[in-house]
Amino acid sequence: MMPEATVPMEHALIVAALLFGIGLFGLMLRRNIIFMLMALEVMLNGAALAFIAAAAHWGNPDGQVMFLFILSIAAAEVSVGLGLVLQMRRQIRSLDMNDASQLRG
Amino acid sequence: MIPVLFYVAAAIAVGAAILAMTRSNAAHALIFLIVSLLGIAVLFFLLGAPFAAALQVVVYAGAIMVLFVFVIMMLNLGGNSQEKEHDLLSFEYWLVPGVMAGILLGELVIAINQTTNPLVSDPVLPKAVALSLFGPYMLGVELASMLLLAGLVGAYHLGRDFLVRNRERSS
Amino acid sequence: MQLLLTLVPGLPLLSATLLLLVGRHLPKAMVTACGVGSIGLAGIAVALLLNQWLISPEPFSVTLWQWLSVGSFRVDIALHLDQLSIIWLCTITGIGFLIHLYSSEYMAEDSDYSRYFAYLNLFVASMLVLVLADNLLLLFLGWEGVGLCSYLLIGFWYQDAANGAAARKAFLWTRAGDAAMAVGLFLLVAEFSSLDIHEVVAGAQLAWVEGSFLPNVACALIFAGAVGKSAQLPLQTWLPDAMAGPTPVSALIHAATMVTAGIYLLARLNGLYILAPAVLSVVAMIGMITAVVAAFAALAQHDIKRILAYSTISQLGYMFLALGVQAWDAGILHMMTHAFFKALLFLAAGAVIECLHHEQDIRRMGGLRSRLPVPFWSFLIGSAALAALPFTAGFASKDLILLRVWSSGPEGALLWSGAAVGAFITALYSFKLIFVVFFGDINTEPTRQPGWRMAIPLGVLAFFSIVGGFISLPLDSVVPLANEEPPHGLIAMVTAGIPIVGVLVAYLLFGRQWIRDLAGPMHSTVGTWLAAFWHGGWGMDTLYRRTLVQPYTALARGLRNEPIDVLVNLIAWITTQFHLGLAATQNGQLRRYIAIMVVGLILMLSLVDGGAS
Repeated sequence: MMPEATVPMEHALIVAALLFGIGLFGLMLRRNIIFMLMALEVMLNGAALAFIAAAAHWGNPDGQVMFLFILSIAAAEVSVGLGLVLQMRRQIRSLDMNDASQLRG
Repeated sequence: MIPVLFYVAAAIAVGAAILAMTRSNAAHALIFLIVSLLGIAVLFFLLGAPFAAALQVVVYAGAIMVLFVFVIMMLNLGGNSQEKEHDLLSFEYWLVPGVMAGILLGELVIAINQTTNPLVSDPVLPKAVALSLFGPYMLGVELASMLLLAGLVGAYHLGRDFLVRNRERSS
Repeated sequence: MQLLLTLVPGLPLLSATLLLLVGRHLPKAMVTACGVGSIGLAGIAVALLLNQWLISPEPFSVTLWQWLSVGSFRVDIALHLDQLSIIWLCTITGIGFLIHLYSSEYMAEDSDYSRYFAYLNLFVASMLVLVLADNLLLLFLGWEGVGLCSYLLIGFWYQDAANGAAARKAFLWTRAGDAAMAVGLFLLVAEFSSLDIHEVVAGAQLAWVEGSFLPNVACALIFAGAVGKSAQLPLQTWLPDAMAGPTPVSALIHAATMVTAGIYLLARLNGLYILAPAVLSVVAMIGMITAVVAAFAALAQHDIKRILAYSTISQLGYMFLALGVQAWDAGILHMMTHAFFKALLFLAAGAVIECLHHEQDIRRMGGLRSRLPVPFWSFLIGSAALAALPFTAGFASKDLILLRVWSSGPEGALLWSGAAVGAFITALYSFKLIFVVFFGDINTEPTRQPGWRMAIPLGVLAFFSIVGGFISLPLDSVVPLANEEPPHGLIAMVTAGIPIVGVLVAYLLFGRQWIRDLAGPMHSTVGTWLAAFWHGGWGMDTLYRRTLVQPYTALARGLRNEPIDVLVNLIAWITTQFHLGLAATQNGQLRRYIAIMVVGLILMLSLVDGGAS
């Protein structure tokens, strides 16, 4: 096979880390709960990308299995999270997470 | 050729994610998020995981994002919906996501036509994944199914009240 | 006989219980009948007992029921009648009845009429239990009952905080003595495993050597109780303040009950005290000093009741002096005569105070001789007896004490001279009272005359204040009597003459206006200072306030903020601060939690990295 320029696994992992970091910053900086849920999705995708990249590098199916689990977790998380958004809208008439602070000590 | 495709798709995924996080309008942010997910799907494909890429598009960018769309519509974020509709259809709003999605589509076409993939020496085929999934990870699958069931019940319980209340108010 | 003896303390106790429970709802006439009648009936019972006694003078006991039984230690509720207790019975019920009768008029306007009589009856009942007790524990019960009732009656008008303070003072000072007395009783129990008075005395005479350590300690401790109850030095300061109560109560405390309990205790335990000659000489010395000191203090008072209070302390000093030199019969006789004339004086003073609208300062009295003849004559007879002028009851007893003291031994002359100075001062202040209150110019007009219920007790007591000294007390079976006759001759004449000189000096100083103006030394710096010093009871109150009360209240004030608890509270405070700090992080802001989690994650990752490299 002719030598061809490849992409090292590190670059894929850097992309994954960038996505994770973007999601994390979004989570920390946005106050709207819809955006926070989106940020969570971005973070999950970053993690999933890291798994897939690792699986490709090592030729191991476990990474893809983990991606499937992440997928199901994301599905469950989003359904419950969006249900909570509806409840939050009803109970405190706001989507601002700073208003949802009834658990303060 | 393939590495270029990789970096372009990665740039689109990261850039779309950044744009999604910085929008003020939830609907616009959602569109960028979908583009970002599609970019990641292309990355999956390039990394030799076509099955994962397909799931990413079908389940993530499709099913899960539809939930977001429903909720955003239900909450009617952004006030006047008609004005909103008009805004969404306007040129400047769909241009950038549309271009990004077009580039990704082109990449995908190119990648499918490539006979060899230099990024992965021996790609992990869906068969191996399936064997692993229903072999050693059987328990994890069961747990995931329980989790999804719990998510279903929880979402129904949390959302029902809202829907019933809204129906009563409208009638 | 036995039933009669039970009735003597039983009737007042029954009446007190009745009045305490339902007295508030009874009509006033019922309360009077109950309160005065019960003591009157007890007095009749005593009279019947006395009648029987004169026929067959045999001491006897009544055991009502068993009180305690712990192992071999056994205490009964048992009454014992002998020569000593029958003298006290006659005094208590007789004078008590007269004071009750007097009270029914004196307190007629008071809103708490029934409570007053309930306390008064309980007081008399306690004293009767005290003198009839067969054992020292029952005696102690009566002793404390007397203390309780004195507290209740001194603080009877509790709406005034000063009266409450006086009541507390009386209670606490007598308690100080009682604590020592209780220790003494424990000692006796430990030694003889019995508190029966006769067993204890008999056992002590068998087991203890005269003058050895144990009898001295036991007698000294019990004497401390007597000192507190009978207001001797150094525990005397409560008695002048006890004047806060109604005047008949003062009469009762000073004449029939309470203060003579100490005399009774020592006379009752004479068999024990003979074994402790050192304690007896201390008793005599304290009695003599108290007699003199209190007499000087009485001289400087302006309040008519405080004068009489200090004179009581002084006269009790004479009684202890007599007991200390083993002139038991003289001391007991003086107790009885003193009860007559001190009750007379207090009741007369009460009549004066009542007729002058509760005026108690003698400087604002004067010339009452013709306005209030009944109190005047009562006062004159009472003061004559107090000063021990010849042909009065007081003379018979006090003269006997002084002569016995003179012939008592090597210290006799010293004790006699102190007592003689006291007798002189006594005559001086008692006739100062007469001259200031009843002679001279009229300062305050009396608004009413005492009624028959006040006048009759005064008359009866005046009669006994004169003839009381000629009653010969049969004491041969309870106390050892002196064999020799009191000395005659010069010393007897001097002793009898001292009060007369005192009265003359009083007349010159206070009876004649022109002499009073000439009395220069009285107004000099030293004289004024001395008067103030004596007025304050020789500074004893100030001394105790400085050394005991103020440090104690300062300590209490310091402890009120609970300094010890500060340490414990510090731990609680630190915990609370931790709680507040941690609670501040639980601010309910989800984004803050996320940020904190991220910081923690970064820290942990940096640690992992450091460990790997």
